[in-house]
Amino acid sequence: MTDIAIVGMAQTPYRRRRDDANFAELIYGVTCEALDDAGLEIGDIDNFITVSNDFWDGRTISSMAVQDACGSSFDGGRNVSTVEGDGTFGLLYGMMRILSGAYQTTLVVVHCKGSEGNMRLITNGMFDYIYTRPLGIEATGAAALQARRYMDKYKLTEEDFAHVSIKNRGNALRNPNAQLAETLSLDQVMASKPIASPLKLHDISPISDGAAAVVLAHRNVANKLGRKPVWVKGIAHCSEAHFLGDRDLAEAPALRDAAFRAYQMAGIEDPFAEIDLVELYDAYSYMEPLWFEELGFCPKGKGAELIRLGATAFDGPLPVNPSGGVLSAHAVLVAGLARVIEASLQIRGEAGERQVEGPVELALAHGINGPCGQSHCVVILGE
Amino acid sequence: MSRSAEENIIFDGRIRMPYKWAAGETSSYFLTQLRDHAKLWGTRCSVCQVIFIPPRKNCPRCVTADTTWVELPSRGVLQTFAVIYFSEPLLQPSEPPYIYGIVKLDGADTGLTHFLGEVAPGELRSGMRMEAVFKNKEDRSGLITDLLYFRPEGGSAS
Repeated sequence: MTDIAIVGMAQTPYRRRRDDANFAELIYGVTCEALDDAGLEIGDIDNFITVSNDFWDGRTISSMAVQDACGSSFDGGRNVSTVEGDGTFGLLYGMMRILSGAYQTTLVVVHCKGSEGNMRLITNGMFDYIYTRPLGIEATGAAALQARRYMDKYKLTEEDFAHVSIKNRGNALRNPNAQLAETLSLDQVMASKPIASPLKLHDISPISDGAAAVVLAHRNVANKLGRKPVWVKGIAHCSEAHFLGDRDLAEAPALRDAAFRAYQMAGIEDPFAEIDLVELYDAYSYMEPLWFEELGFCPKGKGAELIRLGATAFDGPLPVNPSGGVLSAHAVLVAGLARVIEASLQIRGEAGERQVEGPVELALAHGINGPCGQSHCVVILGE
Repeated sequence: MSRSAEENIIFDGRIRMPYKWAAGETSSYFLTQLRDHAKLWGTRCSVCQVIFIPPRKNCPRCVTADTTWVELPSRGVLQTFAVIYFSEPLLQPSEPPYIYGIVKLDGADTGLTHFLGEVAPGELRSGMRMEAVFKNKEDRSGLITDLLYFRPEGGSAS
């Protein structure tokens, strides 16, 4: 349990391309909506975190592109700091700054327009320039290496992963913000175009444009606001080796570690029994069972079976990605904060058509950064 | 203020940014050995005994600088592989389809990511024995691509 709550939130719809808005215009929209949602004004925010990536924005110090829009220049300027990584890491950093005692409130904003750059060139740029980058490998090629290793080690099949895409793209039909919402058949997924085998078109998240914002507040402020705060009950992050060959890609010890510590902080002993809903970072279909297992919900290699049996379905005992997940909308960096927002909306009971049955008292949101989930952030949210 | 633009202006841009990256002393040794002798070297940590390739000046696990060079054989075991079908001419070294693999050289504790060649995707299995194929000496230039690819040991998939 921490002293920090999410008191306001907003996200754009996620679309393949937003020709009508630049980064700042996307950020201004979610900033205003998140402040409205919190019942706060810009003058009530004393600290700002912007999350962006220079390669995607095509400029250095890309955070500077949105300072005017997120309000950090208000009244002569407030403290603003930057995270270049997933939005969940921005959330963590924002929390830490409040916990330092220097601030009461923090606005975390994140944006990405995947449509404007070249996704493959940009994700090739995350690899070292001596040994890996010259091979031309990028995010999806690396993910295919991980998918194959995971299949081989735990005797899984491409069909197992196809069920994740079927579930999540189907869930997205209830989410107006999702970009890819469709009823897929097993045959459709299996027959979709091979991209980086074993990964096919329907195993892969789309390129998206979007932005999101979250208002964090210390208990002193959160309890005075009109609406129910969503408390950050636990949070932890962890990273593992950079070189793909240093890792066993079928395992995610960094996620295991982050989950363990987040559960400890939240006082969770049996995650499957205690957590009501999960939003995790399924950039590729195989990631959902892999992360689900490492989060401790089931033994290694058993995640796919649980998904196939409906345990993680929208109306299952533990819904996973009822929003449609990252497979249905993948504004990079934004996607982790979107998981936090989706989980928080469910706790508030304000998820609209995608609100799951029964009360959501405790939810888990998860973000990743780096190739094949090199680093993970686990956030436990609750009433 | 509500602005409703009649058209959305889109700019074309391309950042061209030359660099001169120093490989550093450890990778310079690795790359010159690859270029001059078609040899692959790793580093062994004197404390935890783990052998890393690519080589590191310090052991990433126990963070000691007490590491020694170890010559590794140019053969090993395939850990995983991926067949690339998508096309991205600005990035790709050759026309797809082509194959990436991670090969754990005999004696090494980590895998090396590289291309696989002289094999059809359907013949590949994780766990199969692979061997390195190098460029001819006169074509080698001190880059990781002086190693052309790994192929099934003996030159064909069994």
